[in-house]
Amino acid sequence: MTAKKLEKSNKLEKSENSSPLPSIKGRIWLLGDSIDTDLIVPSRVLTEQDPAKLLAATLENVIPSFAEQVQPGDIIVAGTNFGCGSSREEAVFVLKELGIRAVIASSFARIFFRNAINLGLPPIKVANAPSLGTQGDLVEILWQDGIIHNHTQDIQRNFPPFPPFLLNYIQSGGALNLLRQNLEL
Amino acid sequence: MSISDQILAQHAQRSHVDPGEFLQASIDYVMVHEQLGGRIAPEFRKLGLDHIWDPDRVVFILDHWVPPPDVRAAKMHQTANRFAKEFNFTWNLGQNQGICHQVLPEKGFTQPGRLIVGSDSHTTTYGAFNCFATGIGATDVSMIFATGELWFQVPETRRINFTGRLNPSVLGKDVVLTMLRDFKTDGAIYEGFEFGGTGLSQISIDSRMTIANMVVEMGAKTGIFEGDPQLTQWLADHPSPTLSNSPTPTSSPFISPIPDYTYKSVNEYELDSIIPMIARPYSPDNVIPVAEMDRIPIDQAFLGSCTNGRLEDLRIAAKIVHHKKIPQQVKFIIIPASREIYLQAMREGLLEIFIEAGGVVEYPTCGPCIGGHMGVLGPGEICISTTNRNFRGRMGDPTSQSYLASPATVAASAVTGKITVPEAITPQ
Repeated sequence: MTAKKLEKSNKLEKSENSSPLPSIKGRIWLLGDSIDTDLIVPSRVLTEQDPAKLLAATLENVIPSFAEQVQPGDIIVAGTNFGCGSSREEAVFVLKELGIRAVIASSFARIFFRNAINLGLPPIKVANAPSLGTQGDLVEILWQDGIIHNHTQDIQRNFPPFPPFLLNYIQSGGALNLLRQNLEL
Repeated sequence: MSISDQILAQHAQRSHVDPGEFLQASIDYVMVHEQLGGRIAPEFRKLGLDHIWDPDRVVFILDHWVPPPDVRAAKMHQTANRFAKEFNFTWNLGQNQGICHQVLPEKGFTQPGRLIVGSDSHTTTYGAFNCFATGIGATDVSMIFATGELWFQVPETRRINFTGRLNPSVLGKDVVLTMLRDFKTDGAIYEGFEFGGTGLSQISIDSRMTIANMVVEMGAKTGIFEGDPQLTQWLADHPSPTLSNSPTPTSSPFISPIPDYTYKSVNEYELDSIIPMIARPYSPDNVIPVAEMDRIPIDQAFLGSCTNGRLEDLRIAAKIVHHKKIPQQVKFIIIPASREIYLQAMREGLLEIFIEAGGVVEYPTCGPCIGGHMGVLGPGEICISTTNRNFRGRMGDPTSQSYLASPATVAASAVTGKITVPEAITPQ
């Protein structure tokens, strides 16, 4: 890679992807407040270099069979301060690898939020998120309208639009994809 | 502008920034630990780059699982070490220096006005040195390795003014636990704290580091202290490392807030009124005075970590356990936060005091704080710990329970085998 290409990376924020995000539809997993990163990925598996072992421990102290029961396309709905605790990006990685398409929460811990944006897993902030429905309800996230629709119970809630700066990361499928585009790798 | 606004503006080459806006900022130093051998190395390699932006601006240190307790950890270290060698890291500090958040300040990397990030949430510790420091994830590190820059959202700032002075046996840990009681674990999400006031001079640098360390437990991005003569002296004793062939990263005289800045909130903490506090399982904000706690029996007392493994902590604890015998059933584990502290504690005779009392002194590592090694809790065990998080399962089995308190409270509890206020123990 040349120095010239590295210079181009400084224009990271200039890049825009115009394709709108498709809506996301899936069954919800309802979690409580303050689900910390140790609960999402226990530190005992952090030295695992085999991703399968990492995934198997996901949320094991909250829902023991979560990793077996979760289906690709599912959505997590949680209370306040989701992902509080450590900086471990594994907390986002395991959810994404298990097929979780979005996390909706009343609020997010800062580093989890960053990591989710960077890995292209949408973190959607909705006031009193757990009132969106009950475990297993079918929910649809309509990006264009900023609406979350619970099809099972016919509940509808709005969420504030993502700032274009952050939406760009989600639309690109994560920060490294965006970086690749900008560096022309 | 607040201190944090000014540092972000400077690193984004802007004259002014407003809370809420997004910007790209250039990084002075990025600290990486075992995560380099976890997600960072494989993620960065996906980019196919044959070099990193500036090998002089990366500080690499192994601390969480040192020495490796098992083959998995040893492999992780090997992956990290290979990467550090291949990409010619200048500052490869190895695995014998201690815990990152103690070692970087000791080696002078944390200077006023700098923007420092690290692959660890407690990177906020460096705010004690009047710099902007925060924790980031593996992909963030990969972006910095490629470009030297990172995206930030400018945080709102909450001002904390200290007045008065701390009572004996009350430490920075009790101050930050009091703040956690008031702000709760989600009280400052995405925000920054700024610390100053007439009482600042009465808080030691060690205690400031403890406070800055745990601002992340309130969700904060940073906790930045104003400078003062005490910090001037500390920085004189720990000068910035320099390289003959590379410019030294930005540093500046102390950054002070610009008067008339509108903070999100301004709170005053009267240091004289702060008393020993304790956080009960399973949240760092589940805080009450130690004096109001039931005197429950403990299985383990842990003194150490990036929060409380410093000389001030070891000295006050040694004073309490001197000539006492720890009950046989209590595991009293002491881990100095760095090699420097370990050596100094040895010279002062502190380690001997701990060992004579029945404590187990271990080499610097994060170890038990993350349930990693060197004191992992079994089912139902109760630990009083100077660490920063008491989440379920954090220090071992999910049915174990951790109480967070100051080194003085932990030492007093080790002596009696029950949760105990420091004042209850008469030093001999």
